[in-house]
Amino acid sequence: MQPFTVHTGIAAVLPRVNVDTDQIIPKQFLKRIERTGFGKHLFHDWRYLPDGSPNPGFELNAPQAAGASILVAGPNFGCGSSREHAPWALADYGFRAVIAPSFADIFYNNCCQNGLLAVRLEDAAVRALFALGERGEPFELTVDLRINRVTGPAGFRAGFDMDPYRRQMLLEGLDEIGQTLRQELRIAAYERRMEALGRLV
Amino acid sequence: MSEPRTLFQKVWDAHVVHAMPRGPALLYIDLHLVHEVTSPQAFEGLRLAGRQVRRPERTLATVDHNVPTGDRHLPIADPVAAQQVRTLTSNARAFGLPLFDLDSPDQGIVHVIGPELGATQPGMTIVCGDSHTSTHGAFGALAFGIGTSEVEHVLATQCLMQQRPRTMEVRFEGTLPGGVTAKDMVLALIGRIGTAGASGHVLEYRGSAIQRLSMEGRMTVCNMSIEAGARAGLIAPDDTTFGYLEGRARAPKGAEWDAAVERWRGLATDAGAVFDRSITIDVSSLAPQVTWGTNPGMVGDISGRVPVPAEGDSADARGALERALHYMGLEPGAPLAGLKVDRVFIGSCTNARLEDLRAAASVVRGRKVSHGVRAMVVPGSQRVKHAAEAEGLDEVFIEAGFEWRNSGCSMCLGMNDDVLGSGERCASTSNRNFEGRQGKGGRTHLMSPVMAAAAAVFGHLVDVRQMVRESDEPGRGDDMVRGSERTTVSAGR
Repeated sequence: MQPFTVHTGIAAVLPRVNVDTDQIIPKQFLKRIERTGFGKHLFHDWRYLPDGSPNPGFELNAPQAAGASILVAGPNFGCGSSREHAPWALADYGFRAVIAPSFADIFYNNCCQNGLLAVRLEDAAVRALFALGERGEPFELTVDLRINRVTGPAGFRAGFDMDPYRRQMLLEGLDEIGQTLRQELRIAAYERRMEALGRLV
Repeated sequence: MSEPRTLFQKVWDAHVVHAMPRGPALLYIDLHLVHEVTSPQAFEGLRLAGRQVRRPERTLATVDHNVPTGDRHLPIADPVAAQQVRTLTSNARAFGLPLFDLDSPDQGIVHVIGPELGATQPGMTIVCGDSHTSTHGAFGALAFGIGTSEVEHVLATQCLMQQRPRTMEVRFEGTLPGGVTAKDMVLALIGRIGTAGASGHVLEYRGSAIQRLSMEGRMTVCNMSIEAGARAGLIAPDDTTFGYLEGRARAPKGAEWDAAVERWRGLATDAGAVFDRSITIDVSSLAPQVTWGTNPGMVGDISGRVPVPAEGDSADARGALERALHYMGLEPGAPLAGLKVDRVFIGSCTNARLEDLRAAASVVRGRKVSHGVRAMVVPGSQRVKHAAEAEGLDEVFIEAGFEWRNSGCSMCLGMNDDVLGSGERCASTSNRNFEGRQGKGGRTHLMSPVMAAAAAVFGHLVDVRQMVRESDEPGRGDDMVRGSERTTVSAGR
């Protein structure tokens, strides 16, 4: 997994609440058997008009969002389906971090598995970023996981929490399966204990 | 163990392989359900790392999400979908996993066949790359959805690293009125607490109204836990649970069964155990629920009206309401009853078990689907389909003008050909009314099977209780009243 330490990039704002994974990557694109190539379908039904041209009314198509690598959205981002295609599509599009007041649990876990940093910021801080977005000019943010802080223009500065285990995995880009496989003796002992109790058939 | 514990805590504690200090726990997974859409990249990951599936016999694979529900003898027309189905078949073969493919009499929606086979059992940890894994919580199992990376993790290690969630008690008390079902209970809960209302929590459903539900009704309630943002939703196993499980293919037999039941009885939450949060809902005055918006929390009584955005209590709420009503093509303040529908879908892991089909058939029997409405029934599994046919339910639906199809996820998410056209309005027994969920531009109203059946007959949303009252044929109303109350079910034995 690609480690995440610090990233500076253009921010795109999506001031919508309850953005579900069906919007992030609609079902017609879930039939691929690869992890890559989902970026062009990100937010498909919002992003394109019926004739396939970009929808000028969609936030990510605004000129100031061109080249964005940090997405700022409303609360409960990523709710709904467990599809990991959602973080795959965000990462494939070029996003390294998503900032929101809250995330759905499965989506949050899926981001952590892919080196895509999901940053929970206070509601007021996210509103301040939305206000920056309303100016219609491109702006950059810096997300620093080493010191759990987001900084930006006009003195924007906000801290965030992340559980120490997840944080370490991301900072070091660790392979979680490899970590668990190191616990083989404990797993085997658990299985023997349960078998002795007659619980594993 | 003197400290009183909740059902969730007992299941969690029994599966901790190793607890990291101040961190997550390594949790053992008893049963891993696998389907074609969220698994190919996980198997590919195993291959790239040269890893094996640790416990193939604790894994169960089926195809459900993108399979056609028409003629099973024809090849899958969509080449990309066909490749995904073939990929699961070859992965199951290569890694030695049991697979219920399109030709299997046990094929069906993964959350329908797990319980049907008796693979879902109390006290288990169950995961699947699908958010509606919460369904299995109806048996007192800790069951939750995971992403594809975690699917790979479980395949390789039979374990998962998990942060312990908080707990929330949801008490449903009272007696359900006629025409009101388990689906209405869970929709009312989501309407009350919102789609993020239970984020970070595991729910335990309790109370007299839960105890009186059949296993089918309990599965409907637990299924939609995720729509309230919950990690999982559990119900303590009792005689209803054991009655459902006994004799099923994968359930313990003989002395092992007796020992298992004794152990399972100990899973119920201890007196004095503490939940982090609690909510009580009285079901005695509950009305049939129907969603009007673009998430399952946007829901109300069928006797109610479309909300007025200007009355929203914040700018965010007003904006979200305006967006939703615009997408749904609804006028603020319009009554919900009377909204014309183009399509009716009776299916999905929420409401496509035998009891759901019986309830819908009781409304449809002797009536016709309204002119201009296309209505379909997609049984949750091939076993449900055959059991329904043995009772003649297929004829009831077909004579009324419904399509009677083969099992799969179908129009719940529209990955196969079963999709809404743009602007089409659908009465659906599924679980999500997100924009485009059932087809780009499609407009979904979630409701119970009896409500969807009534909408098919009238051609518009209608209060099914009206039909109960107006029914002049003895017995018909009773069938509907029974809805999701306890019934004897013979499917899957």
